[in-house]
Amino acid sequence: MSDKVNNKPSEWPLWEVFIRSKAGLDHKHVGSLHAVDAQMAIENARDVYTRRMEGVSIWVVDSRFVHASNPDDAEAFYEPANDKVYRHPTFYNLPDELKHM
Amino acid sequence: MDTLAKHFEEKINNEVTIEAKDWLPDNYRKTLIRQISQHAHSEIVGMLPEGNWITRAPSLRRKAVLLAKVQDEAGHGLYLYSAAETLGISRDEMMDQLHTGKAKYSSIFNYPTISWADMGAIGWLVDGAAIMNQVPLCRTSYGPYARAMVRVCKEESFHQRQGFEIMLTLSNGSEVQRKMAQDALNRWWWPSIMMFGPPDDNSPHTAQSVRWRIKRFTNDELRQKFVDIGVEQAKILGLEVPDKDLKWNEERGHYDFGVINWDEFWNVVKGNGPCNKQRVETRKKAWDEGKWVRDAATAYAEKRKARAAESTMKAA
Repeated sequence: MSDKVNNKPSEWPLWEVFIRSKAGLDHKHVGSLHAVDAQMAIENARDVYTRRMEGVSIWVVDSRFVHASNPDDAEAFYEPANDKVYRHPTFYNLPDELKHM
Repeated sequence: MDTLAKHFEEKINNEVTIEAKDWLPDNYRKTLIRQISQHAHSEIVGMLPEGNWITRAPSLRRKAVLLAKVQDEAGHGLYLYSAAETLGISRDEMMDQLHTGKAKYSSIFNYPTISWADMGAIGWLVDGAAIMNQVPLCRTSYGPYARAMVRVCKEESFHQRQGFEIMLTLSNGSEVQRKMAQDALNRWWWPSIMMFGPPDDNSPHTAQSVRWRIKRFTNDELRQKFVDIGVEQAKILGLEVPDKDLKWNEERGHYDFGVINWDEFWNVVKGNGPCNKQRVETRKKAWDEGKWVRDAATAYAEKRKARAAESTMKAA
């Protein structure tokens, strides 16, 4: 995903492309491309990112509208989860004979 | 060293992928922009020597394959341009650098494709060398580049195989066809082994790039690997590698090979190869003559937007 969107005025906007690889799965970011509008972005994404049946559905998002967390905040942001192992089922010691749990 | 730089070095040393929003040293950014854009330009210019044969492919099957290959190269160029854009250079700037000669592309594409067998030799040798360069780049330290390379490598494998198949068909064909294949090998072998770039002791960027884990192997390491594999593959074709000094070295466990004509290499890099001018002119012409298409698309998008706004107004 592109962080710096520094298009010159003459340049078409940048779009982020997300593809659902098959029915039932999430759309996943695959890359970006330039297009004049959303419709063209979808058509271009078809040619650029699905030449080998990589997808059954395409999302495009104008890159300007993607907001991201700041990597400098990563510690404060994600570390509080580190010491909360009790959120995982493996934290609990239960007898082996206990079934179906 | 300040904290940011230290943090960056730590990430590199611990094989933590660097992403676009992370703090990067200026030179790391510059090196990557140079390498990725050069790589993108190579894909785009690389369409030209092969495009030359699309209308003259010997069968519908070969034509469909060649079209698909050239289309892939356009795609690879696009993946790489957008990877470079994450580093803060614009697409237009890169186009401009290509058209003004400020940015380089792989010198191999400055050689002409004079027979159909060249389509075979390019797929086998040129794409083969490219793959050898590119596979380690799937683990390069900069995330957007690495991810683009994963996609490129997945697609590139068919390129090499179709080339080898062309060579195999020709070398099992008539005497004239076999000669065509040998002639193509004669012309493409040396430029292909030059594709790995100058020798390590004369490659100004290699050491730093290896330290930053942008590059994983040096030019000479990859070149040796390519020669070892290529010589064996030529045997299957029953063709002769055009190097009289080629000899298996038991002690090294590698083939020794002849002296590379680096004067020729630097001459082509400097713009004096057989097709340098033609390639850049073709790209410029495509860009200039495509302007009306870009303008028309922009104008149409504006119209479409205005119409949509109008119908919303009416509905309200």
